[in-house]
Amino acid sequence: MGTVAAHGLRKSFGKVQALDGVTLDVPDGSFFVVLGPSGAGKTTTLRAIAGLDKLDAGSVHLDGRDATGDTPAARDLAMVFQSYALYPRHTVYENIASPLRARRCSSSEIAAAVEQMSSLLHIERLLQRRPAQLSGGEMQRVALARALVRRPRAFLMDEPLTNLDLKLRVEMRTELTRIHRSLGATFVYVTNDQVEALSMADQVAILKEGKVQQVGTPTEVYERPANQWVAGFVGSPPISLLACRAEGDRLVGAAGWTLPRPHWTTAEDGQGLLLGLRAEDLSVEQRGNASLSGELYGLEPLGDRTVVDVRVGTEILKVKARPTVTGTPGERLLVTVDLDRAHLFDAGTGLSLSEAGR
Amino acid sequence: MAVSVDEAVSTGPARDHTPPARRLGGRGRSVLEVTLLTVLAVVMLFPVLWMIETSIKENRDVYAIPAKLFDFKVTLAHYKDVFVDPDGGRSALSVSFLNSVVVAGVSTVLATVLGVPAAWAYSRFAVKAKKDQLFFILSTRFMPPVVVVIPIFLMYRQVGLIDNKLGLILIYAAFNVPFTIWMMKGFVDEVPAEYEDAAMLDGYTRLQAFRRFTLPLLMPGIAATAVFALIFSWNEFVFATFLTSSDSVRTAPPAIAGLIGGTTTDWGLVAAASVVFALPVLVFAYLVRKHLIAGVTLGAVRR
Repeated sequence: MGTVAAHGLRKSFGKVQALDGVTLDVPDGSFFVVLGPSGAGKTTTLRAIAGLDKLDAGSVHLDGRDATGDTPAARDLAMVFQSYALYPRHTVYENIASPLRARRCSSSEIAAAVEQMSSLLHIERLLQRRPAQLSGGEMQRVALARALVRRPRAFLMDEPLTNLDLKLRVEMRTELTRIHRSLGATFVYVTNDQVEALSMADQVAILKEGKVQQVGTPTEVYERPANQWVAGFVGSPPISLLACRAEGDRLVGAAGWTLPRPHWTTAEDGQGLLLGLRAEDLSVEQRGNASLSGELYGLEPLGDRTVVDVRVGTEILKVKARPTVTGTPGERLLVTVDLDRAHLFDAGTGLSLSEAGR
Repeated sequence: MAVSVDEAVSTGPARDHTPPARRLGGRGRSVLEVTLLTVLAVVMLFPVLWMIETSIKENRDVYAIPAKLFDFKVTLAHYKDVFVDPDGGRSALSVSFLNSVVVAGVSTVLATVLGVPAAWAYSRFAVKAKKDQLFFILSTRFMPPVVVVIPIFLMYRQVGLIDNKLGLILIYAAFNVPFTIWMMKGFVDEVPAEYEDAAMLDGYTRLQAFRRFTLPLLMPGIAATAVFALIFSWNEFVFATFLTSSDSVRTAPPAIAGLIGGTTTDWGLVAAASVVFALPVLVFAYLVRKHLIAGVTLGAVRR
């Protein structure tokens, strides 16, 4: 068992409301990612679940039991810190052994567990070193080993990959997913990297300014963002948003363009709207009936693809294209739109106006 | 894989390096520097040298005019007089040294035991009006101690702490606790709180986390702070003079001062007693000099 449930978490630091009623339900055995920009309250949420900070309001239930008043030790959780927080005076062996020592395991048990963990994470040859003698990637592995050496209710991870270089980060993503699958344990994983969230998570909770914006599978939050902010935050390059309104069977842009009105929207005539278009749902190379005309603003070659910036009126559309695409700025272009995959948001509230079942 | 290019490319501006300004006089020290240091050394060290010399001169040479700088007879008689009474037995001075050791030692331990946990608490926890409390604690050090000597004397007389070693221990500890809290708070601030967080998730209680993981990292700071507290208690003169009178309670500073005056002054004995008095602190400060420098400069430089 390993369910984690947080209800109505509130916490302020002086005048800053860090958590403003955060509610999360983490099912047993899931890889649950809390995603948000810095300052969104992700770490505060995790520390509240761990029992490290006192809450102003709200409750934390572990395995269905109220653990709000419990000490961190009594909660039976393990955590990987962003800074790793390895004990500087202890060897790697002693760092990994620490959770077992705290729980008074016998030294033979400890030796066996440390050996198993160090071989799982390929750090056998580091056991006698001290943290200061390790590289960032090695420290990260040791911090992971210290968390994994026990079988707690759930594992809490606070941006564990942020301090690694890009190549190592990609590698560790795969490895963490592998470890999660083999343990079948509950992971609550905090990150500001949407790629991590989309590639690793079973469930993603998106946090902004201490409030949960949306909870769902990676596909759900990408394909059906609950609001304009989520649509803009998830996805790279970011979604393009065009101001428009619905008129009869057409969408009329502020810049003068028109597109057929999508059948899946609940938008009303005359309502101020934002049309959200992802780069991969746009094309500059195919002919289609739904299209926007604009002029080439810039090219951003990324190796495996090129992002074409197209100016429509005063707004910029980001279009994904093949790496071989060429053009000169100022050139007239026709951008084909896959309207079935577009999004519409209320320009005032930012809420999605897509029908639920589409 | 959708990895944005921004992650891989550093956008920081190229840093300009200006060559460091050349030091006056090039490598080593300038003539001016050497001269000033020499003058300073002579002014500072001559009294010490003279004290040591007097302590090993025979009485005849001590009073000789003109003063004998080199050609005197060396004797250790004064040092013997410091510890042994003329009629055998222990001298009053040696008792006062023992008193100093007890008073300075116990008051320092007391201040450290009380001050370090307090500093930890101020550093780690959200205490109401923390800044005001810390300022209040520091403010007790604003006035010169002499100001409160009369009130303390009257209070001590009421509770029977006059001419009592415990009285001195308490007053020295009271002066050293604020100092210890302030100095140690700086050291505790330097140790990341996340070590304790990690330890608590490992399964330790908060106090165990402090004792096992933070306290060992604070040892250099504790050593530096304790030496400062020890030096204060060891050297303290005013309270010792006012609050003690009998030879069995008196600490060394008033006892040595008591040797001067009367009809004749045995300068050889005074000098020998002063050397014995100065030695422990010098030795201590020398042993922990690395920590002392670390303690004084810590917090001044952002690492």
